[in-house]
Amino acid sequence: MKNNNLQYRHLKEKFVFSILGLTLLAAVGILGLIIYFIFSKGIGVVDLEFLTQMPTNGMTEGGILPALLGSFYLVSGSILFAAPLGVFAAIYMTEYADKSKTLRMIRIGVNNLAGVPSVVFGLFGLSVFVKFFNFGVSILSGSLTLGIVILPTIIRASEEALMAVPDEYRHASLALGITKWETIKRVVLPASIPGIITGCILGVGRVAGETAPIIFTAATFYTANLPTSVFDEAMALPYHIYALVTAGTSPKQVPLAYGTAVVLLFLVISINLVATLIRNHYGRLND
Amino acid sequence: MMENETKTIEIKDLDFYYGDFQALENVTFDIPENKVTALIGPSGCGKSTFLRTINRMNDLIDGTRVDGDVIVEGDDIYKDEIDVVELRKEVGMVFQEPNPFPKSIYDNIAYGPRAHGITDTEKLDEIVENSLKHAALWDEVDDRLDQSAIGISGGQQQRLCIARALAVDPDILLMDEPTSALDPVATAKIEDLIDDLKEEYTIVIVTHSMQQAARISDYTAFFLMGEVIEHGPTQKIFEKPENQKTEDYITGRFG
Repeated sequence: MKNNNLQYRHLKEKFVFSILGLTLLAAVGILGLIIYFIFSKGIGVVDLEFLTQMPTNGMTEGGILPALLGSFYLVSGSILFAAPLGVFAAIYMTEYADKSKTLRMIRIGVNNLAGVPSVVFGLFGLSVFVKFFNFGVSILSGSLTLGIVILPTIIRASEEALMAVPDEYRHASLALGITKWETIKRVVLPASIPGIITGCILGVGRVAGETAPIIFTAATFYTANLPTSVFDEAMALPYHIYALVTAGTSPKQVPLAYGTAVVLLFLVISINLVATLIRNHYGRLND
Repeated sequence: MMENETKTIEIKDLDFYYGDFQALENVTFDIPENKVTALIGPSGCGKSTFLRTINRMNDLIDGTRVDGDVIVEGDDIYKDEIDVVELRKEVGMVFQEPNPFPKSIYDNIAYGPRAHGITDTEKLDEIVENSLKHAALWDEVDDRLDQSAIGISGGQQQRLCIARALAVDPDILLMDEPTSALDPVATAKIEDLIDDLKEEYTIVIVTHSMQQAARISDYTAFFLMGEVIEHGPTQKIFEKPENQKTEDYITGRFG
């Protein structure tokens, strides 16, 4: 009887492990399917010319250079804007601010900002950057809007990274007669850099694929010229996919959309890879 | 205190509060220069709190309050015009758990001097070597200064932390149960080191071990419930205590 019971329990364990394994397989499988479908439908059109040419013949032929460049500018701009702002805000919140009600309110606010639908950010960008500051529909307006979209991600990740730094390090440094700012600069920030970089990675990954925030603020359906200043409007990869699929009249545009998606996916994965390498490098130094 | 000794730290009527809780009450005694003063007493008696009033590390805790005077080298350190950063440069601290930075051995020691503005490499090399020699660690690590300080043993880490404190050239060294996380061999090394260090530094050490206090200190203050019950030369405290409570604690009747 006792023995049977044990057998039953072993069986149950195997069953549970199998279920857990299957769920993992499902999760990875979905990712695999996405990559497979996108690549199988789009890889055919991706070649050097696709990456380096302007679209031609009413976007039924040619490449995606302007969208590629536009996305690059927008993502870079948003990180340039959001990373310092987010990191410094996080430093203030974790290191300087009193643990007060106000701080709790600010934290709740930041968290809620992360939940705002991205199209709302788009409208905000339209009314503030495009209209009020009169930046027009431009890379600048789009970058600032995207920057706000990723700000909460960066603040939260930076805050967590800063809070993960043991207080012992802070105390050790302060006890040496070193100011708070020097302590943050020399001990706390270096120790939290991997986590902060992770936050920025997440931000970049998200922002590269965002469409709604740039529709009204930066993106243009088609432009014959590459952007020459931050006040120019620009094409962008996600919006280009949308444009090709929705407004197209020619079936020739669908493979181009998938090709663009391949490039976008590849880009995001590469950015993550590079950033992960940086993070691991710092992580090793800290161990 | 003997007539011919210089008072480095004077404590007068010191009260300390965590919010409404009074952790120290009417603490008054002097700490002489170039001697080891041990603070003993049961857990929660206020000895660590007292230690941290000397370099104002308690300032980091919200809702604390200090009454009375702590006079370090002639200056009342709770006066407004006192720069806490300057104070902590003169009053170094070694913590209960070794807490080296996640940096190389060299960078741990050079950390303080660099932050205080020394950039000359030769000068830094000299400070690092001297500090490590002072902390009796040089011979064990001189061939791997560029390795991470996290990789050395706990005892070595604690001596590294002592070296790091010495590198900013303090006059006073506060030690908060510095050997409680260490094995007996590592503890013995630290105790020898403390004996050497008192030639140049005034040392105040919190210890939970009465044997340790008896071995290394010149003066002992016995804390109980936030008050100093008895203070005097270590030998006298341990052999002829005046207060019954001191005798009870020392003989292990409570605590």
